[in-house]
Amino acid sequence: MTVAVNPTQTGEPVFYLADEHPHPEGYSTSLGFWIYLMSDCLIFAMLFAAFGVLGANYAAGPAPKDLFDLNLVAVNTSMLLLSSITYGFAMLTMQQNKVAQTQMWLLITGLFGAAFIGIELTEFTHMIHEGATPQRSAFLSAFFTLVGTHGLHVSCGLIWLVTLMIQVWRFGLIEANRRRLMCLSMFWHFLDVVWIGVFTFVYLLGVLR
Amino acid sequence: MSPDLLKFIFGRLGIDSLPLHEPILVGTFIMVALGGITLLAGVTYFRLWGYLWREWFTTVDHKRIGVMYMILGIVMLLRGFADALMMRAQQAMAFNGSEGFLPAHHYDQVFTAHGVIMIFFVAMPLVTGLMNFVVPLQIGARDVSFPFLNNFSFWMTVGGAVLVMLSLFIGEFARTGWLAYPPLSNIGYSPDVGVDYYIWGLQVAGVGTTLSGINLICTIVKLRCPGMTMMRMPVFTWTSLCTNILIVASFPVLTVVLALLSLDRYVGTNFFTNDFGGSPMMYVNLIWIWGHPEVYILVLPAFGIFSEVTSTFSGKRLFGYTSMVYATVVITILSYLVWLHHFFTMGSGASVNSFFGITTMIISIPTGAKMFNWLFTMYRGRIRYELPMMWTIAFMLTFVIGGMTGVLLAVPPADFVLHNSLFLIAHFHNVIIGGVVFGAFAGINYWFPKAFGFRLDPFWGKCSFWFWVTGFYMAFMPLYVLGLMGVTRRLRVFDDPSLQIWFVIAAIGAVLVFLGILSMLMQFAVSFLKREQLKDVTGDPWDARTLEWATSSPPPDYNFAFTPVVHDNDAWWDMKKRGYQRPLLGFKAIHMPSSTGTGIILAGLATAMGFGLIWYIWWLAALSFIAMLAVGIGHTFNYHRDFDIPADDVIRTEDARTKLLAGAK
Repeated sequence: MTVAVNPTQTGEPVFYLADEHPHPEGYSTSLGFWIYLMSDCLIFAMLFAAFGVLGANYAAGPAPKDLFDLNLVAVNTSMLLLSSITYGFAMLTMQQNKVAQTQMWLLITGLFGAAFIGIELTEFTHMIHEGATPQRSAFLSAFFTLVGTHGLHVSCGLIWLVTLMIQVWRFGLIEANRRRLMCLSMFWHFLDVVWIGVFTFVYLLGVLR
Repeated sequence: MSPDLLKFIFGRLGIDSLPLHEPILVGTFIMVALGGITLLAGVTYFRLWGYLWREWFTTVDHKRIGVMYMILGIVMLLRGFADALMMRAQQAMAFNGSEGFLPAHHYDQVFTAHGVIMIFFVAMPLVTGLMNFVVPLQIGARDVSFPFLNNFSFWMTVGGAVLVMLSLFIGEFARTGWLAYPPLSNIGYSPDVGVDYYIWGLQVAGVGTTLSGINLICTIVKLRCPGMTMMRMPVFTWTSLCTNILIVASFPVLTVVLALLSLDRYVGTNFFTNDFGGSPMMYVNLIWIWGHPEVYILVLPAFGIFSEVTSTFSGKRLFGYTSMVYATVVITILSYLVWLHHFFTMGSGASVNSFFGITTMIISIPTGAKMFNWLFTMYRGRIRYELPMMWTIAFMLTFVIGGMTGVLLAVPPADFVLHNSLFLIAHFHNVIIGGVVFGAFAGINYWFPKAFGFRLDPFWGKCSFWFWVTGFYMAFMPLYVLGLMGVTRRLRVFDDPSLQIWFVIAAIGAVLVFLGILSMLMQFAVSFLKREQLKDVTGDPWDARTLEWATSSPPPDYNFAFTPVVHDNDAWWDMKKRGYQRPLLGFKAIHMPSSTGTGIILAGLATAMGFGLIWYIWWLAALSFIAMLAVGIGHTFNYHRDFDIPADDVIRTEDARTKLLAGAK
């Protein structure tokens, strides 16, 4: 907002802009998206809090030690972390206007994301088969809800990713698409950060408990 | 048809879900149906559907969306107040062996619906509507940051209201009290659809509220006109900013709590159960972590309205602008540190209760500072007792009483006596009616000429004012007395006949308030008929101080032909004082967002999904969800969402105003 708001040379105060330019398209988007992410962060904060309160209420059912396979979780975590790195590459190639490479990195990101969801679902099925269902104890209710909500977010991210790939393919790396890719990038990294919390507080500390 | 197929198609919805055995509901339904059919027939007869769809339902203009929010709030006020009248009548009658006229099953729904509707679908739409209408004008912007999102948010709020209203005639509403505490609200004790209506009504509306919060924060942060620094923003814009920050920082909590409750009810998880390690107390904590900021979400914009009104009608700059801003910010922060005072009796121990008791008392300091700022603004001002100012003075008297009983309740030992008593009911009605409702009415009377181009009729406005104010005191002062005598809330019948007189007085008070509401509707009708007499040609009928009064009434689609430049706190006052000349030449085309039907379609689908989930009609829920995804994604393929208002149109609009202004002189 570097507009002349001081009196003009004649000494008359300026009360309106005779010549103005509309705000560029998407002027508020990154701020808006940040605020949205923070509200989403609060959703996770609540689920972490619920897990913190209920996480030790096993109701004579299975405890983390009996359930979590840290090796599998390590593989899963690396899938998500790698997808964040490849998304970073997609953004770099986007900056250089390389459509094909951007699409390739987006595709790889999507595959890592899908692998993450696949492994998570396998883990869930396995647990449910052992009788560790969300209904079994408050600990398991909180566990499935927290981890499941994260998984749901990643799945939404995947749908979004596919949509954006189609849009980049149809319309190229136009300004609007760059902005959208930027938003998804923030969303994707945000989910990564949340996962670090899940990994630490749910899995690592759970096994230690 | 086989029962399995029926169950697949209709879920648990059947002919016995209709409350045919309840004469009150059947009568209401007939009235509503007749009214609805008349309305629809009228709209069809006058061929208004196309106009409504193009100019209102699909509009992204913040002014029209604001007006629609206000209409929603006033319509729902009638429903919520009907519930209030029924409760007052029931409690006044149910003595000496009489059971009153409401069976327990119905009475419990009435008090739940009253609370839910009044907070979520009356107070919230009124406040959001005023913010939507006023804020962009006050900061010299053309629209909000995300105009499409604004339309979508509004329709989601409507969707929630529709679900709650449907529960009146299809099935039933929750019988749990307005916050639906488990274990009562869990599936074991509330197996019917009532709590599910509650959950999905609030979830659908909550999405709208959160998104509109994000939208208005961005608008205020990014779209202020040149020269309007943060400390030059009008106080209403400041309180709106803080309110929307509170919305974004608290509604996700409500979303999570209700989601966990629905998991308990639908999936059988154990978050809030008594067994398998669940904790009902966690629900109470979580919902009040949303609930306490919520009351400040409602009252902060009202404080902003009173600030604008006081300085305008005292003809003075607001006393202590800076302290007003800081008081608002302090209240915003402190509102997160007091939630536990809603359940001192839960047994958190002396230290925890003391902490929350003290933080609660501290909140009264910035609030008191505000009160003194308004008083000092009035001091030695030339006060004009127009309607907005009358509501403001009524607020100052009433709110101080409510605030003081609040401080009383903040003392944990006193709260152990008064918890869940009618004293508490009197207290929060005292602050919500005295603060939020009076504030909304001050705002309606103040900004109505800006929205429609003519003032509201003062005679019926004064009738409404006096009925409301006297009615309020008659209705709620007896409840303080009853509360001190130990009467608890939500009772349906009474044994002690000596209490009856107080309930009768309260019921008379409620009737007075009813007359106040009728007078207000009358005021709208009379003002519309006398609109030529009450016309505001200047755009500044109150000799006011902030930017919204710099443009015409009603403002053109683009708000300001040229973006204003601000040099002072009271920008418009400053412009008037320094001989601002309205520009007559040099108009250019103006870039504006285009209307879209996507918002109303998405919200309609979300409502259908909610209905499917409430009645276990899984195919409907799944189908609407998939349709929502498809429509939402489809909308992102539309890259051309704005257009230019041609310079010729701007010139025509502005010339018309020039003529109007010349005629006024």
